[in-house]
Amino acid sequence: MIEILLFATIKAGTPLLFATLGAILMERSGVINLGVEGLMLVGALTGFAAAHTADSLFIGVIAAFFAAMAAGAIHGFICVYLRGNQIVSGLSLTMFGIGITSLFGRSFVGLTIAGFSKVEIPVLSKIPYIGQAIFNQDVLVYFSIILVAAMHIFLYRTKTGLYLRSVGENPGAADTSGINVGLYRMSAVLVGSGLAGIGGAYLSLAYTPFWVENMTAGRGWIAVALVIFAQWNSTRAMAGAYLFGGINAVQLRMQAMGTSLSPHLLMMLPYLFTIAVLVMATLRLEKGSTPEPEALGTAYDREDRK
Amino acid sequence: MIRFEKRKDASKLFTVFAPFMSVLFALATAAVIMLFAGINPIAAYAGMLNESLGSFYGISETLVKSTPLILTGLGVSIAFRMKIWNIGAEGQLYMGAMGASYVALNSGLTGFVGLAAMFVMAAVFGGIWAGISGFLKAKANVNEIIVTLLMNYIAIAWVSYLVYGPWKDPNGFNFPLTPRFSPDLVLSTFFNTRLHTGFIIALALVAVMYIFMEKTVWGYEIKVIGNNPKAAKYAGISIDRKIIGVMFISGALAGIAGFGEAAGVQGRLQEGISHGYGYTAIIVAWLAGRSAIGVFIVSVIMAVILVGGDSLQILMQLPVAFVNLFQGLILFFILASDFLIQNKPVMKRSGK
Repeated sequence: MIEILLFATIKAGTPLLFATLGAILMERSGVINLGVEGLMLVGALTGFAAAHTADSLFIGVIAAFFAAMAAGAIHGFICVYLRGNQIVSGLSLTMFGIGITSLFGRSFVGLTIAGFSKVEIPVLSKIPYIGQAIFNQDVLVYFSIILVAAMHIFLYRTKTGLYLRSVGENPGAADTSGINVGLYRMSAVLVGSGLAGIGGAYLSLAYTPFWVENMTAGRGWIAVALVIFAQWNSTRAMAGAYLFGGINAVQLRMQAMGTSLSPHLLMMLPYLFTIAVLVMATLRLEKGSTPEPEALGTAYDREDRK
Repeated sequence: MIRFEKRKDASKLFTVFAPFMSVLFALATAAVIMLFAGINPIAAYAGMLNESLGSFYGISETLVKSTPLILTGLGVSIAFRMKIWNIGAEGQLYMGAMGASYVALNSGLTGFVGLAAMFVMAAVFGGIWAGISGFLKAKANVNEIIVTLLMNYIAIAWVSYLVYGPWKDPNGFNFPLTPRFSPDLVLSTFFNTRLHTGFIIALALVAVMYIFMEKTVWGYEIKVIGNNPKAAKYAGISIDRKIIGVMFISGALAGIAGFGEAAGVQGRLQEGISHGYGYTAIIVAWLAGRSAIGVFIVSVIMAVILVGGDSLQILMQLPVAFVNLFQGLILFFILASDFLIQNKPVMKRSGK
């Protein structure tokens, strides 16, 4: 029972993990992106469409990454180079994503593919209780865990990561020391958007696996909230994503067991929980020094440099 | 080579025309996307215009859809004034519709008193729903964008729970809707169309909000907080109380939109009572540039797109969510045009 729940928890948490990691990367550079929901949808549809057409899940994931990247480029261009309002641009991106996927997704509704299958890792998968739950997942789950470590190393152990963080904290100072603020921010938005796209593709290639309109159902927004919960830190993002995966798993389990509770009430759980977690995370932030990137949400204009 | 230099003053010409140009550019871009999707854009646009403005009934439908947009748009725009983001008008509308329906189905009140009670309950429910995010923002600095947005999902699920469960019409063939309100608790309509008195209420509230924002101390203080929170603090304005108050008003307006949909359009509470009006309201508020009259004008324009979009569902079997594409594109172009309002292109000879 615990093993089944843990397995479902990780599976349900993985799309959130990809999206949250993507959002962290963008916010670290100082760009907030409320378009994650839209990017996930673009990734989910493109991933499914490409995988179905090319009969290759791998091509699906790659296509999801680049399609979401292209959609994210609009946000990047507006926020970084036109210095537009990041909040409005992100919301537009979500609307754009919902609209365009509903249009192009029509012909893919009802189709099925064989989703990612489990890959058992020898020895480790034999660990009692947790082995089958953690080490008998699909490759994207393993990839997401590697990505958590990679992101941590990138942000804290490489020069490029340091520059990226400095761009998010104090773009004026970064600019003075010769860092190309625009380039760093744009790159972060592109790669981060692509990761959000893979998060969406996980839904349509591994989790369900099929395409339905608006299948992300607010996961993009939960990811944006998780960034604050995670305090812009990739390892904490993993904890947050699996926490929500857990809620989701319990909710589905209860539904499957035929509880008398209305499915609509159960549906509220993740959102209620996100708000509760957000409040607690914010209260904790307020007490200590806030790890929020100093320049988050503000456009950088060299002429305004102080 | 073309460079961009900051204008000393925002270009007046661009400020006035930018919203209209943005809509046109968005329609042009959407046309290209439609071509890729194998849809004839000219036929689509002709159908949209014909449906929304081509007949008396079409125009009345456009005004029907503009009603919730005006109300939610006003609500979002008053929060904007304070630089507070209310992305939750959709959920507040649902909660307002629920409050109104509760009175209609349970109170036994009739006639004008009943309608008035429904109106007040809708405003209170919508207001409290938004006020929660306002409270969290004011007291703990919790990000209101995320909270208001997530509360949409909760409100929609809650209404679904009611109309599938305890409030379901026993004679409704299992459809997710409540029994019809008694006829005296349904808003009267004009000229055999679906245009209901809610539209008049919306227009009246445009005037009320205009006076509130421009002629009262409260309105002035809200603007000061929005423009310079530090100065507002020094001037002794209580920012926390204003945040909660403004969020309440913002949600109350969205709640009233829910009253209009339940008591005016449907005559009952049902699943999907809002067609994303609360999200469109964000565009309305942003395009209207925080002016109450602007909210009215932009709402009508957006209603044309919504009614037209609905018609494409029937004419071309396009999904309802398709209109989101227009909305996203319009906003993208508005943001891009803002850049041209603030900056001017200058021709520079390379190498001086």
